[in-house]
Amino acid sequence: MLHLLAQTPALPLDEAGKYVAAAYGVFVTILVVYVAIIGARFARVERELNELADMAEEHDELGQREPEHVA
Amino acid sequence: MVFGNGLRALALVTAAALALAMGLIFFYAPLEADQGFVQKIFYLHVPLAIVALCGWVAGGIFGIQLLRTGDRKWDYRSYVAIHMSLIYGVAVLLTGSIWAKASWGHWWVWGEPTLVSFLIVFLLYCTYQPMRFSIADPEKQGRYAAVFAITAGAFVPLNFMAVRLATPLVHPRVFTRVAGDLPGSMRLTWLVSLVAIALLFVTLCKLELTSKSAKDNLRRLRRRLEARDEAAAERAFVGAN
Repeated sequence: MLHLLAQTPALPLDEAGKYVAAAYGVFVTILVVYVAIIGARFARVERELNELADMAEEHDELGQREPEHVA
Repeated sequence: MVFGNGLRALALVTAAALALAMGLIFFYAPLEADQGFVQKIFYLHVPLAIVALCGWVAGGIFGIQLLRTGDRKWDYRSYVAIHMSLIYGVAVLLTGSIWAKASWGHWWVWGEPTLVSFLIVFLLYCTYQPMRFSIADPEKQGRYAAVFAITAGAFVPLNFMAVRLATPLVHPRVFTRVAGDLPGSMRLTWLVSLVAIALLFVTLCKLELTSKSAKDNLRRLRRRLEARDEAAAERAFVGAN
């Protein structure tokens, strides 16, 4: 791997390098921010799903207790 | 509606394509004689712009499908294609401005039809979301958004053609019949980059669709569970009396 990297041409990171780095940096930043937003959204979905699971369990418990109460 | 099928495989293919594209851009494609290293932005900026424009057109096509079939999944697809193209549009404007500063010495050139026309299309689509979410009724919202998507989507190719017919001021026209075309290695790199950026677009759209559909399904489930709870409470109250 190191041998392969040594064979690759050096990147001319002079004056132009900062513009190229900025352009690709913008792209990566937008991508990372977007993925973070989607991640936060999925975390919210997971929280809501847990709430609904609790709600369903409570409902089932209520359903089991209900006939005894009526009787 | 299930949108997440095959998402993992698609994400892996996208990651591989992006890695390959980056490798080709920085270690395979030769330096351009006129612009030098700055031209590397071309492999990012141009595919982003093409995919963004195609995404807006796709949003219009999905809008047509919604009006034809009435199926809500087309509304989701139209919305997500336009939404993702807006994000790509931000990247196009920023990377384009950086490239402009590096090669022309200005962040923005108002006399250049290519730049201004893209900005007009971008601003047009910026009105899509406020328009969409100002309508409360989901049925109406979908239909009105579809009409917007179709009208604006038809404007995109017209605008593109008008720009091609206009005289360029400083923005280069790379893919033309009259001017010199790209050499093989640059063309290959550009094509791989285009495929990678397009795959990324599809992957992110699928991710967004999955998230949106999961959220909507959760809302439906919550409504049903709450209705069941209310009914159970009512039954318990009647039973107690």
